[in-house]
Amino acid sequence: MSLLEVKDLHVHYGVIEALKGVSITVEPGQIVTLIGSNGAGKTSLLQAISGIVKKTGGDILFKDASIYKASPRKIVQGGLVQVPEGRHVFPGLSVYENLMMGAYLRKDKKEIANDLKTVYERFPILEKRKNQDASTLSGGEQQMLAMGRALMARPELLLLDEPSMGLAPILVKEIFSIIQDIQQTGTTILLVEQNARMALSIADYAYVLETGRIALQGPAHELAESEDVQNAYLGGGK
Amino acid sequence: MEQFLQQLINGLSLGSIYALVALGYTMVYGIIKLINFAHGDVYMIGAYTAFFVTTYLGMGFLPALLVCMIVCGILGVLIERIAYKPLRKAPRITALITAIGVSYVIEYTTQFFMGTTTRTYPAILPTTTWQLGPVSISYIQMVIFSVTIVLMILLTLIVQKTKIGRAMRAVSADENAAKLMGISVDNTISFTFLIGSALAGAAGMLVGLYYNAATPLMGMVPGLKAFVAAVFGGIGSIPGALVGGLFIGIAETLVVAYGSSLYRDAIVYAILILVLIIKPTGLFGKNEREKV
Ligand SMILES: Nc1ncnc2c1ncn2[C@@H]1O[C@H](COP(=O)(O)OP(=O)(O)OP(=O)(O)O)[C@@H](O)[C@H]1O
Ligand SMILES: [Mg+2]
Repeated sequence: MSLLEVKDLHVHYGVIEALKGVSITVEPGQIVTLIGSNGAGKTSLLQAISGIVKKTGGDILFKDASIYKASPRKIVQGGLVQVPEGRHVFPGLSVYENLMMGAYLRKDKKEIANDLKTVYERFPILEKRKNQDASTLSGGEQQMLAMGRALMARPELLLLDEPSMGLAPILVKEIFSIIQDIQQTGTTILLVEQNARMALSIADYAYVLETGRIALQGPAHELAESEDVQNAYLGGGK
Repeated sequence: MEQFLQQLINGLSLGSIYALVALGYTMVYGIIKLINFAHGDVYMIGAYTAFFVTTYLGMGFLPALLVCMIVCGILGVLIERIAYKPLRKAPRITALITAIGVSYVIEYTTQFFMGTTTRTYPAILPTTTWQLGPVSISYIQMVIFSVTIVLMILLTLIVQKTKIGRAMRAVSADENAAKLMGISVDNTISFTFLIGSALAGAAGMLVGLYYNAATPLMGMVPGLKAFVAAVFGGIGSIPGALVGGLFIGIAETLVVAYGSSLYRDAIVYAILILVLIIKPTGLFGKNEREKV
């Protein structure tokens, strides 16, 4: 069974149709990446999956049950968690408090404490900064905080929207290796990226989104070699 | 000097009441960016509730205070659910006009049932007055200080230390991100109205006892002044509401004592205008980015 199945999904903003019938599938244990240029509709797709934007047609199945009409709360409770584009950590809340917001729906205090330890081990900088206002963190630290916060929800499927955006190359590498680590621990990942090269290098399967439609799909290494993708997203030829 | 200290005490009592009301304005503004003009009327309902339960049910101070807070808390939640929630996505001005409408509805419904006569309270508190050196503090003033301090501490604990308090701050900071954590934005907003309105209910009872009077329109002017207090402190900021309330209360009292009671209200509006010109974000306000 697939973990996530998006079927013929439509999203409108007024008269603008941002998604024109998108279908994607995410198999458990994989990293699936969704690449596409600015305005293609990547964020719209993730926001629709998370129940933040209204859908205007199609269906979304998570663990074989429809979440098309589910509230964001139910979706998180079910194990589908998103790290939004631009991090969106909570300013005015400390790093620790931000992480605890990730565990908002959980009641298992002991396990929460354990997971907090794990997050601090994965992102030592967060432990160092735990009492600091989240808005004072650097961009890379905020990305780590946003990811740590999502992990505190114990996701089965983690949606990542452009985690490498605006980061220095060395940090981009670090973030991508963390994404692989997260996959290793059994979390499935749907990764939206503009950094197609990096994304394709760690993904199992890939989709290319162009103006609201899936233009191409296939195993990530095959897409990385396809001429169309090379020309459009990998800076041309060799 | 004695006169000054005495006025300071009086100003602090009035200011405590403004502060309790200002907190509701500031918390609601922080979370849904709405100036809840009906807030002063919730405070009036607090004064009337106290009148009822002390006069007809013979309740003592603490039970009456509790009832006022509960009644007003529920009223606040109802106002939000019925009047504001359907407008959450509407332009801000629509909600603002609705708030003014709600305010009129509460004022004139009360007037319809209670008439315009001033209601007075049975003597539920001793009339003792303490002499502290040159200044005297009345029993009700002590009560106002104590209740305000206790409520402030409780509020701070709720906002800073509890899960729901953290959720309130998270929703205020970033509503969509809060949704992504599974926080129910609707429930969090309701809770904010509950707390803010309960504080207004307490303030209403205190002021009713302080002046021994409740009238249907008593919430209008103090409501506006508490709003100015919230703006002065930086709207959206809880410490700001406290400091702003005390400041406005003291300023008003001193102007009446040393100037003329003609300027009692004018001074408050002068402060508002000055704040808006010099530092529109107020004392503790952040230059927060506008929500889109
Ligand atoms: N809230 C909105 N209201 C109106 N139009 C919107 C809204 N959000 C997105 N759009 C439009 O929908 C289209 C898809 O936007 P979306 O943000 O999903 O693209 P994206 O692929 O995530 O782009 P980027 O790579 O720049 O993040 C764009 O044309 C955008 O202008
Ligand atoms: Mg995007």
